[in-house]
Amino acid sequence: MPLPSDRAFAYPLDAAGFGAGLLDPARAKPQSVTGAHGKAAEKCYNVYRNNVTVSLIDALADIYPAVQELVGERFFRAMARDYVRAHPPSSPLLFRYGEGFADFIEGFAPARELAYLPDVARLERAWLTAYHAADREPIAPDELASIPQDRVGEIGFEMHPAFALVASRFSLFRLFMMNRGFMPLERIDASLAEPVMVTRPQADVAVTRLAPGEPVFLARLAAGDTLGQAAAEALAAETAFDLGHALASVLAAGAAVAIRAPAGTTAHPPATSPEDR
Amino acid sequence: MTDSPLARHVAPAAATASAIGKTRSAAPARAPAAIAAAAGVSFKHDHLAAILDDPGTVGFLEVHAENYMGDGGHPHRTLERVRRDFPLSLHGVCMSIGGPGPLNEDHLARFAALVERYQPGLVSEHLAWSTHDDVFFNDLLPLPYTPQTLDRVCEHIDRMQTAIGRPILLENPATYVLFDNATMSETDFLRAIVARTGCGLLLDVNNVFVSATNHGYSARQYLDDFPLDHVGEIHLAGHSEQTDDEGDPLLIDSHDRPVADPVWALYDAVIAATGPIPTLVEWDSDLPEWPVLRAQAEAANRILSAASQPHRQGHRHALAV
Repeated sequence: MPLPSDRAFAYPLDAAGFGAGLLDPARAKPQSVTGAHGKAAEKCYNVYRNNVTVSLIDALADIYPAVQELVGERFFRAMARDYVRAHPPSSPLLFRYGEGFADFIEGFAPARELAYLPDVARLERAWLTAYHAADREPIAPDELASIPQDRVGEIGFEMHPAFALVASRFSLFRLFMMNRGFMPLERIDASLAEPVMVTRPQADVAVTRLAPGEPVFLARLAAGDTLGQAAAEALAAETAFDLGHALASVLAAGAAVAIRAPAGTTAHPPATSPEDR
Repeated sequence: MTDSPLARHVAPAAATASAIGKTRSAAPARAPAAIAAAAGVSFKHDHLAAILDDPGTVGFLEVHAENYMGDGGHPHRTLERVRRDFPLSLHGVCMSIGGPGPLNEDHLARFAALVERYQPGLVSEHLAWSTHDDVFFNDLLPLPYTPQTLDRVCEHIDRMQTAIGRPILLENPATYVLFDNATMSETDFLRAIVARTGCGLLLDVNNVFVSATNHGYSARQYLDDFPLDHVGEIHLAGHSEQTDDEGDPLLIDSHDRPVADPVWALYDAVIAATGPIPTLVEWDSDLPEWPVLRAQAEAANRILSAASQPHRQGHRHALAV
C-alpha cells in the first residue's frame, strides 16, 4: 500500500518557510505562494519581505534616534537591516525590541571608530524602557528627614521601576542630549566619562549626569545595599564621592519609591491607628 | 518608507503632558463605551491636543492595542484622557490568529487587561498571522483558506473570545499573494468563522479593493458574497500603487494617504445596502495635520447620514449598483 506523501499530513500554511524567506532575501519564496491566475509572485511576495524588514528598521530608528543622528540615516539603516535579519523580535511589543542592539553595534566593524556608539544605544534603550515603566510615586524629600540621624546609614531604597544606570567612559550625557535635540549641537570632547541615570518621576523621562562615585553608589543601592554600605563602596572607588550630592540627586530625580527603614524604626510618620479615626 | 500599516508602534515622539493636564481626578467621568454608527479615526498622540480642541463630528477613536501594553507612563495617561471624551475601539494587530501555533497566552492576558481597563465599545483583530516559532514579523501575513486552517483559526478566535470575555470583530486582510493549496474563497472562509465562533466582522473596504485589484477579481462581486449582516465596523484607508511581476497594478495597504475614490464608491454602496455602521478612517504613517484626517471622517459621516435618510432605506440589502 502506498504511503501518503508528507504533504498530506502537513499543515496547509508553511509558516516556517514563509517566514524564513521574509528575513533572507537570498531564499526563494515558498512554492505554494502564487500570483493570480498562475502569475509569477516574486514581486508580490517581496511586498511582505519589504514590510517586515522596513517596519522593523523603522522601529529601531524610532527607538534609537540619537544613534541614527550620530551615524546618518543611510549608515543606520544598513546597520539596522543586518540586526533585524540576524535578531528579529520575539515579542509583539516592539517598544521592547532592540535589547541586543548595543552589543550588536559593539561588534559591527564599520562602526568601530565610534567607540561611544554602543553606550548611546544602551541609554536610548533604557530611555524607552523608562518611558513605558509602571507608574510609582517617588519618595518625598521629607521622608528621609523622618529617619533618626544616627540610623540613616542603615536604610535602603526601593528603586523606581523606571530607574536605570548607564555607565560610560564617554561623554554620554552630552552625546545623548545633543543628538536627541535636548541641547544645542556643538563640538565636544567625547572622551570625558559621563555616566547617567534614567528616571521617570512622573510621565516624563529624565536623564541625569552622575558625579564621581555615584554610579557605584546607585548600583549598590539598586542591588539592595544599605546607604552606609553603598556610600563606603562609592568612596572606596572614588575619593571625590559626595554622599550629600548623591542623595540629593536620588531625591530630585525620583529614582526611589520607598525607604527600607532599619529594624526598630519607621520611615514614615506613624500610621494612624484604627482607634484614632 | 515602509508600506506596512503596522509601521509605527514604538513610541509617540511628542511629550503630551501639557495637553493632558497635570491633575487627574481619582475616578474621571468617561464617555459611554458604546460606539454609535458614526465615523471615527485612528488615534495618534501627535493629534491629541488638536482632537481635544476641535473633534468635529468624529464619533470614536481607535487605537492599536499593542501601543498600550506597557506598564505605565504617557501612553496610558493619554489613553485615559481621550477615553474621557470618546468611546474607544480596541484594534489588535499582533494576535496572530491565522498562525499554526497556539496564541501567546501572555499577549492574551495583556489584551484582556486592556479591555477590562478601557471598556472599549468595539474589539477587533485580523485574519492574518504575524508570529511563528518565537519570531514576530510585524506584518499581517496571509494564509491559505482550507478546512484545516479554518479549524485552527476558529480555535484561536474561541480562545481569544474566552480570554477577553466578549466577541471580537475579525478583519478581512489586504493580501499580495495567493496559495496554490487554497480550497475556499475568503468570503466563504469568513462566513464559516462567523457561524462557528459567533464573532462579528470588521469589513475593511480598502482591503477589499486592494486584494481584488491584486488578484484580478471584482471588488463588487466580493462584497456581494460578503456576509454583510455580521459587519460591526468598517475600515477605510489609503493605499499606494506599485506594479507586479507582469507590470500590472499591485496595490499596497499603506495607510499613508487619503481614501481613494473607488474605495469611497464601494463604501457608499455597502452603506446603502447595510444602513449606517461605525466606520473608521485609518491613517498610520505620513500623518497629516488633524483637519485633514477630520475631513476624511466627516466625508464618511456624510455617507452615513445620507443612508439614515428614510428614502434611502428601501435600497438596503441590494449591493449591486
